[in-house]
Amino acid sequence: MSINNNSEFKPKIVAFCCNWCSYAGADLAGSSRLTYPADVKIIRVPCSCRVNPMFILRAFEKGADGVILCGCHPGDCHYTSGNFYARRRMTLLFSMLDYIGVENGRTRVEWVSAAEGVKFSATMNSFVEKIYSLGKNVRLEDLRCKN
Amino acid sequence: MKSEKKQAEKIKEISGVNPLKCMKCGKCSATCPSFAEMDIKPHQFVSYVQNEEIEELTKSVSLWKCLSCFACVERCPRDVKPGKIIDAVRQLVEREKDGDYLSPNEIPELLDPEIPQQLLVSAFRRYRR
Amino acid sequence: MQRIGVFVCHCGSNIAATVDVKKVVEMAMCEPGVVHAEDYPYMCSEAGQAKIQAAIKEKNLGGVVVCSCSPRMHENTFRKAAEKAGLNPYMVEIANIREHCSWIHKNMEEATEKAVILMKAAVAKVNLNTPLQAGESRVTKRALVIGGGIAGIQTALDIAEAGYPVDIVEKTPSIGGRMSQLDKTFPTLDCSACILTPKMVEANAHPNINIYTYSEVEKVSGFVGDFTVDIRKKARSVDMSKCTGCGVCQEKCPNKKTPNEFNRGLNNRSAIYTPFAQAIPNVPVIDREHCTKFLTGKCGICAKVCQAGAVDYEQQDEIITEKYGAIVVATGFNMINLDKYDEYAYSQSKDVITSLELERIMNAAGPTKGHLERLSDGKAPKEMVFIQCVGSRCADKRGKSYCSKICCMYTAKHAMLIRDKYPDVNVTVFYIDVRTPGKNFDEFYRRAVEEYGVNYIKGQVGKVIPQPDGKLLVQGSDLLSNKQILKEADMVVLAAAIEPEPGVRNIATMLTASIDTNDFLTEAHAKLRPVESPTAGIFLSGVCQGPKDIPETVSQAGAAAVKAIGLLAKDKLTTNPCTAKADELMCNGCSQCANVCPYGAISYETKLINDHGVREDRRVAVVNSALCQGCGACTVTCPSGAMDLQGFSNRQILAEVDAICR
Repeated sequence: MSINNNSEFKPKIVAFCCNWCSYAGADLAGSSRLTYPADVKIIRVPCSCRVNPMFILRAFEKGADGVILCGCHPGDCHYTSGNFYARRRMTLLFSMLDYIGVENGRTRVEWVSAAEGVKFSATMNSFVEKIYSLGKNVRLEDLRCKN
Repeated sequence: MKSEKKQAEKIKEISGVNPLKCMKCGKCSATCPSFAEMDIKPHQFVSYVQNEEIEELTKSVSLWKCLSCFACVERCPRDVKPGKIIDAVRQLVEREKDGDYLSPNEIPELLDPEIPQQLLVSAFRRYRR
Repeated sequence: MQRIGVFVCHCGSNIAATVDVKKVVEMAMCEPGVVHAEDYPYMCSEAGQAKIQAAIKEKNLGGVVVCSCSPRMHENTFRKAAEKAGLNPYMVEIANIREHCSWIHKNMEEATEKAVILMKAAVAKVNLNTPLQAGESRVTKRALVIGGGIAGIQTALDIAEAGYPVDIVEKTPSIGGRMSQLDKTFPTLDCSACILTPKMVEANAHPNINIYTYSEVEKVSGFVGDFTVDIRKKARSVDMSKCTGCGVCQEKCPNKKTPNEFNRGLNNRSAIYTPFAQAIPNVPVIDREHCTKFLTGKCGICAKVCQAGAVDYEQQDEIITEKYGAIVVATGFNMINLDKYDEYAYSQSKDVITSLELERIMNAAGPTKGHLERLSDGKAPKEMVFIQCVGSRCADKRGKSYCSKICCMYTAKHAMLIRDKYPDVNVTVFYIDVRTPGKNFDEFYRRAVEEYGVNYIKGQVGKVIPQPDGKLLVQGSDLLSNKQILKEADMVVLAAAIEPEPGVRNIATMLTASIDTNDFLTEAHAKLRPVESPTAGIFLSGVCQGPKDIPETVSQAGAAAVKAIGLLAKDKLTTNPCTAKADELMCNGCSQCANVCPYGAISYETKLINDHGVREDRRVAVVNSALCQGCGACTVTCPSGAMDLQGFSNRQILAEVDAICR
């Protein structure tokens, strides 16, 4: 990890992982002891198409600094076509988010198969690095619902 | 050579061809009516561009032997269109020369509406030398 | 609010070495709803499970969070343990603090902090969990096989042998399929009919197999274990119970001008016909489109000559409705139409033929009685040219993007057979690549080259030009010597691409089975579930799933049968309770969810809805929980938010997001 930890910034990063490929890929990264920053917290969903844009908006509203969605490779979806739906929805959502001020770098869709522990870890490392380079997600702060 | 790399990119841009799609079946050369007169054969054009060996292509007599019949374009199973590559190389060579043989104003008079436009354009390139 | 217990596992030192488990327990007690928290070295052990069960009973827990390894590992273990203690198994959530935390982080402080957050997310989720009941549905112990080729026959035989009744529905008048049209099979060169006919006879004689030939599936409803299928039995015009198969009607039929489909149209047949001599059932059909009796009303010779009185001009189509537990699709393939390949002169010359036509020519029962001859003038050819990959591996719109897989081998077979039987015939094969993976396949191809002297040329043919003298001029590339070759040939054989039988898209639509852009049926998983359709209860056998040769087809047919037997052997099916559910009050019946559902699990009903005292009929979405696999595509598509996924509800996931971002 080439992350500069001297700053106070501790990003909050939410990773949505589909149960069949990416979550298993994350498990493989774990059992292969491939490290990535602890800032990433994984939420298990049955399929990438289960991720409602609402969940991502909520994450940013609550102060997330980055959201990544991982699914099966195109054509390998456990539910045959879920990841295609996810890809379309996210393309639209991310461009809208970019428009309202959440830079494209803070959102990402990646395909990670159950056999790609290395890719999972590498993806998370590069994503976290990107979030560090972008810094705190300040622009939406005013919009946040403070609990 | 850097310029050859650039030239290769230019050829791909002009022709719209991706040489990586080629599966090396040779149907272009099989179908070419000018095959015998060519030094570099149509299927070789694809790999020359892929390998960025443009210098040789620009010196090739094939450029001026290709009839632009587009049989290879029509029949290529992989949509690689070697004929378009040849045409693009021709264009590249032409662009580096100077002066026009015809002025644009003379063209309408010489035009026969029956001639396919592509043939016309490529004929200009061929006979302008 | 649930009464929640949190159980933190040390996993020996796997977790405890990097995560301060005591701290996690301490923090858990601060979470709203948590009434119990403890840690233990091995939660998954007998003793660990007993601790969970004791706590459920003592503290009357309504929800359990286990902070341990991946839910993919032990979720089931803990669910079962909870169920034994009287808790609904779906009230258990796992916080993955091993694979996703302790194993990948080295800093204890960091790892503990993350473990606490993962625990909090799981607590937040379990707070919103609702008890779910796995449903049950019954299984009709009968299978349907669509297609009576070798794939369908083998699947039906295997299912029947296991003791379940099977129906085969075959579109043509006889079972046998493409394999019955072949002459010899690679790489052993057995006669195709000799190995297929016994299987056909066995299927016909099997007490558990019922064959509907000249029939098509018309309508499919229901779901896994309980399909209802309408089969149209087309009018044969011959009474199957009376016909003795003597064949006199076919001999006497005066109308012998109908192209013979079985011989790929290379010769003609009578209007009343059986496709081939070994047809099963050996009962002819009247082709009403070509029969003089049906066209003009004058003839009726077949009825007159039939001693058994089996010919029945009044017969009508019959619809049979039957229930099935499992459906196997074995619809097979056809050769592509070569109209778009005019450079090969297929439509201009009778001597340019496809490989399947060559099979018929080589076959003793074929149009030339097995003699290799030119169809134009009946002369024996001296030069034969084979062209590979005609329409296969194409990126353009004319052909297919895939490799048809069987052509390299059957071309080697044809070349070898011709060189063997007619040593004076020169055989040239133009190839792009020779692909012969398979047991004894490459050896077979090498034998064609080395022992039989078949001339293989690397390069594609550009065009075939019919000459005035009847010869064919083949212009092709020889890439290895960088030459253009002009070769005179007497016959040209095109290895045309194979494509799924055109009717398969219609069948897939009826079955809600997914199909790819090439019209091959999609498997549930490309590697791990290759014979199952993603639609539960639908299985795939043979070329309908992708190009394959006979041994592969037979093994896949067996695999599909095993999957179907596995389903039929069950009395009841437990259904995954994590399915979508529509809120009837919010649903506006827009159909968007049904459009995205890959399983066809959503239908619409008009229901009397009591919306806060207003009673009215509304069209609302209803999810069939036996079909729903729980992907959640519909939940996101629903514009009114009426659709939700049980076990992964919007509120649950939002609660997790909130807990993580808190």
